[in-house]
Amino acid sequence: MPQTETYTLSMGPQHPSTHGVLQVRLDLDGETILKATPYMGYLHRGIEKLLESRTYVQGVPYTDRLDYVSSMNNNLGYCRAVEELAQIEVPERAEYIRVIVAELNRIASHLVFIGSLAIDLGASTGMLYAFRDREKVLDLFDLVCGARMTFHYIRVGGVSADLPPEFAAKCDEFLKVLPEFMQEYEDILTGNEIFQYRLKGTSRMTKEQALSHNMTGPNIRAVGIPFDIRKVDGYGVYPKLAFDVPVGENGDNWDRYRVRYLEIYESAKLVRQALDGLPEGDFMAKFPKALRPPKGEVYSRTEGTRGELGFYIVSDGGPKPYRVHIRRPSFINLQGLDDMCRGMLIGDSVAAFSAIDPLMGEVDC
Amino acid sequence: MEIWNTIMEQGVLATASEILRWFFMLVFASELIVDIIMKGIGIGAILGVISVAAIVFTYAERKVCAFMQVRIGPNRVGGRYGLLQSIADMLKLMSKEDIIPEGCDRVVWALAPMLLFVPSALIYAFFPFDKGAAFADVNVGVFLMLAISSQAVLPFLMSGYASNSKYAFIGGIRTVAQMLSYEAPMVFSLLGVVMLSGSMRMCDIVEAQSQQLWFILMQPIAFVVFVISATAETNRTPFDLVEDESEIVAGPFAEYSGMRWALFFLAEYANLLSVSILFLPGVVWFGLKVLAMVFVFMWFRWTFPRTRIDQMLAFSWKVLLPLALANVLFTGVGIYARQWM
Repeated sequence: MPQTETYTLSMGPQHPSTHGVLQVRLDLDGETILKATPYMGYLHRGIEKLLESRTYVQGVPYTDRLDYVSSMNNNLGYCRAVEELAQIEVPERAEYIRVIVAELNRIASHLVFIGSLAIDLGASTGMLYAFRDREKVLDLFDLVCGARMTFHYIRVGGVSADLPPEFAAKCDEFLKVLPEFMQEYEDILTGNEIFQYRLKGTSRMTKEQALSHNMTGPNIRAVGIPFDIRKVDGYGVYPKLAFDVPVGENGDNWDRYRVRYLEIYESAKLVRQALDGLPEGDFMAKFPKALRPPKGEVYSRTEGTRGELGFYIVSDGGPKPYRVHIRRPSFINLQGLDDMCRGMLIGDSVAAFSAIDPLMGEVDC
Repeated sequence: MEIWNTIMEQGVLATASEILRWFFMLVFASELIVDIIMKGIGIGAILGVISVAAIVFTYAERKVCAFMQVRIGPNRVGGRYGLLQSIADMLKLMSKEDIIPEGCDRVVWALAPMLLFVPSALIYAFFPFDKGAAFADVNVGVFLMLAISSQAVLPFLMSGYASNSKYAFIGGIRTVAQMLSYEAPMVFSLLGVVMLSGSMRMCDIVEAQSQQLWFILMQPIAFVVFVISATAETNRTPFDLVEDESEIVAGPFAEYSGMRWALFFLAEYANLLSVSILFLPGVVWFGLKVLAMVFVFMWFRWTFPRTRIDQMLAFSWKVLLPLALANVLFTGVGIYARQWM
């Protein structure tokens, strides 16, 4: 009688499809996954601690390094928390500019998601198309703030500079070509039989499971819960703008892909409205250079590209925060990996990992 | 003028070999020695074809993939079009350090890449490159070719086992499952061709096509089944589960470097060429047809995502095999009906 035994396969921290330095230990029975345990911490830089050793305003560039493919959203999350703590009123023009850059960044981030999902499923051509189009967004950011990755554009009290005069035309152009390249993904990825087979019905999650893991962002919307903080909290000028929250039905990888795919269109809608409704005025609030927020604490959350991005800041009245804690959506979403992988095959683990779309800079913080 | 007539009658390669034979007969004046020399030249020519094919295909693959991915591809080494890129690749591979993984089974590990190259090269012995220009024109050519090509499973398993790496091991096991399941539809798809030509001799199959329609037109289903199973046999996307860099890094190749890895590479391209030749043997259009087929395989590779192992096996047994069997049935009925009419 032949004996079979289970074995452990260590995927990562050096592995082509772990999006950075994550280690996933898979307990396998043949090709079937019995348990998937993510081991993280390889990219830990102590950003929370670093934020405590800088003044409030100096902290912004560190948030760029959290989720480095959607830095604008991190800037926004941190600045909103500080503004709430110090009770700074942000000018309306700055709020609109923030919506424009944050939503453009969401588009760029979801394009990275589509690209990396494609390459994890072996379709390297799909990845290059997505990254080609992400370049267009990065070019816009280059125009706005001179940087392509770590922007440090959204500052406490507003934004660092007004939009350049040629931005509106360039952004308009981008929004015009967006449906074209989205159609291209539809042709090379969405319509592909193998792509659908790989995603449909795999790594299914129930609403209860997703809620018990406290998943947020596209991952919770994929299981059918329309939880979007832009709608729920209605921060900034989002209540004035019209957009839908796409939700999935089955909670499988296909829905996770579809939700993000549709969100790109919604973000484009938001950018269009914000661009059209952009009011005149200041782009920066007036507040003392040496910012000393009153004693107290604040938890401020925004809808990052990957879910609920929350900043918890305690102030002791001094120029530096006493304590900063960041609720990183990638970190929390990643805990669902085990549930998503059990009973699936090795190939599905890669798809599941990619569908959660964690970013190691944010997971390890 | 006389030579021109012979070429038209016998084909370029056969004429060339006749001239060579005549020349060597003048020099050595012994049938045995000349035979040995001629076989040696044949082996050299086949190895030359494989190496040239590998060089051309690496370049072609880079360019084809680049154009599909809205890039330019190699454009530095060897002029604007990067024509010497494959040479540079080769030099790089040869000058690389030969890393031997710790705890591996040294002998088996070192043998695997060489053994893999053997069946890939051996298949060429039966190929009719031109009229009468086959190295060994045996009467069970198709059968032998399939038998030899299925030997490629073993080296993959060997390297997977000997590398002392779990990725390689999973890759090795996958290879066995994949190659065994795709051998069956491949064999049955070729059976239709054998039935039509009434012979297993490769040269007869070529001959039959020049008299009747091309088999690609007479056996379209068999051709499709063949192309799909050939993609799986050569481990190319969407069936490249053996190397599968996003899941098991590079499977059996993961622990190889430098020239050893290059041998795997060479075998892959040799296989690619051989499966491209197989279904479309022709006389005049040989080169063009082969290149078209190779392009089709590259096209697959750079546009399709990868399947999952269970989907791939199910596809082979539940779709391809019944299709191939049905094709055999209908071919048989067709041949019978034609005889009867």
